[in-house]
Amino acid sequence: MIEVQNITKRFGPITAVDGVSFEVKKGEVAGFLGPNGAGKTTIMRILTGFIPATEGTAKLAGYDVFENSLEVRKRVGYLPENAPLYLDMGVVEFLDYIASVRNIPPQKRKASLERMIDVCGLQTVLKQEISELSHGFRQRVGMAQAMIHDPEILIMDEPTSGLDPNQIIGIRSLIKELGREKTVILSTHILSEVEATCSRVIIIDRGKIVADGSLDEVTKRGKKGKVHHLRVRGDRPAWEKKLKGLAGVRSFTWKEEEGGLNLYEVFTEGDRALGEELFRLAADSGMTLAELFQEKTTLENVFTQLTQNQEPGTRNQKP
Amino acid sequence: MSKILAIFKKEFKGYFNSLMAYFFIVVFLGVVNFLFIWFVLFPSKQASLREYFEFFIYGLWIFVPAITMRTWAEERKLKTDELLLTLPVRDYEAVLGKYFASLAFLCLVLALSALAPISVALVGSPDWGPIFAGYLGLFLLGASFAAIGTAASSMTENQFIAFLLTVVICVGLLTIEELCAMLPLPDFLVFLVTFLDIGHHFNSIGRGVIDSRDVIYYLSVIAFFLFLNVRAVERRKWA
Repeated sequence: MIEVQNITKRFGPITAVDGVSFEVKKGEVAGFLGPNGAGKTTIMRILTGFIPATEGTAKLAGYDVFENSLEVRKRVGYLPENAPLYLDMGVVEFLDYIASVRNIPPQKRKASLERMIDVCGLQTVLKQEISELSHGFRQRVGMAQAMIHDPEILIMDEPTSGLDPNQIIGIRSLIKELGREKTVILSTHILSEVEATCSRVIIIDRGKIVADGSLDEVTKRGKKGKVHHLRVRGDRPAWEKKLKGLAGVRSFTWKEEEGGLNLYEVFTEGDRALGEELFRLAADSGMTLAELFQEKTTLENVFTQLTQNQEPGTRNQKP
Repeated sequence: MSKILAIFKKEFKGYFNSLMAYFFIVVFLGVVNFLFIWFVLFPSKQASLREYFEFFIYGLWIFVPAITMRTWAEERKLKTDELLLTLPVRDYEAVLGKYFASLAFLCLVLALSALAPISVALVGSPDWGPIFAGYLGLFLLGASFAAIGTAASSMTENQFIAFLLTVVICVGLLTIEELCAMLPLPDFLVFLVTFLDIGHHFNSIGRGVIDSRDVIYYLSVIAFFLFLNVRAVERRKWA
């Protein structure tokens, strides 16, 4: 359980995090999504007690992170950005060190070490020094380090950066599995990652939360109105006049002409779908409709919309 | 306490992971043993043991900064400080763990450097008092330098800057009395400067006199720089 209330962090004149509040419950995997420099890492550093917030409070596992930092840190596993590790240590030596600092009793240490080696797939690199490991393996050692004490809360800053596609799939399914009984926060700027692993999306831009909710809620909320792609034959003025006259159409843009077919993007008012109306419009006026489909709102659309502050219709959208 | 011990163990082992440490040990032992042969085995004048210890100091203010320079600078450079300081460890526990590791390493090297004097002493009829006092003095001096070194290392992520800063502070403390002798200072300042001079305190211990004032002086230097060290580690919190 993570409860964050009104957290603000200022570095001199720069406000990195601006009045952020959210809650993540047990059994939830929350994905922080945002462009670089949005404040994701800063929020994570505050939650793990590395730096204090300028204002606001945060409670993790029932303890205040500022008053009871040590109790919080005992219950949190943290994978910092780029998985920083002691390069001159061996893999087992390093994990053993973390276990001893975390006060895992010696008789349990071996079991938890073995579990981590198994879960993170470290069998092949056990005897190596961390400096010899590839980025993917370092990332996995970082994950092992974060989970070795079986924490209630797991905070991971870009857990899959630098991994190859197979490793990414492995890590994602691991995160999903962990998410069932733990509270997980991860940050990423890969949208498909959120779609693949998270039950909850928190989109952050310039230090503020611009969207927070389940994947469905956020994708629905993002787009104001729906988008139809329309490929038609015939002269443009006639079509444009008709479209303007159709009830429910907020705006439309002409995109391109190809082989006598004009492509339009039609934005509707509210949440209305205009597929049928557009079809009837073409049929009634005897004009040729070559293609008509409604664009599916994806997280990607929402993300660019929310983090770029551009009006739909002025922006080139990928079909 | 167990956390300090865990950090201590890891840091102490870490000294042996770098080739540099071995290099420094070899050079340092080579130099001090040469000094021992030069000043003690073939003495050209009296009070040779004292001169041996005096020159030993020159070895210390180069050797100690060299072993402490990476303590915190390396953590900051590799960003592992974010790892270490988000473990359930208080900042001062991390500082102490690292400091004790550098002390242990220093003790090891001092013990190795004492092999020659002790074996020679066993053959002859030694005056154990000055030898023991001298090494205690060297230990206290080295421990102070180590505190200065770890503190300096926590202020930068560049090991070389940490090294230079430590050498400057150590040499400054060693020579402050001589430097200020040139200035026309009022009496109380002369007293203060003499008190601050780290070599001054070493000399009296080197004579075989263990004065509690000298020991307190060294302990306060250590405490002061460890305090600075903790503050420097906490600095991330004020930014």
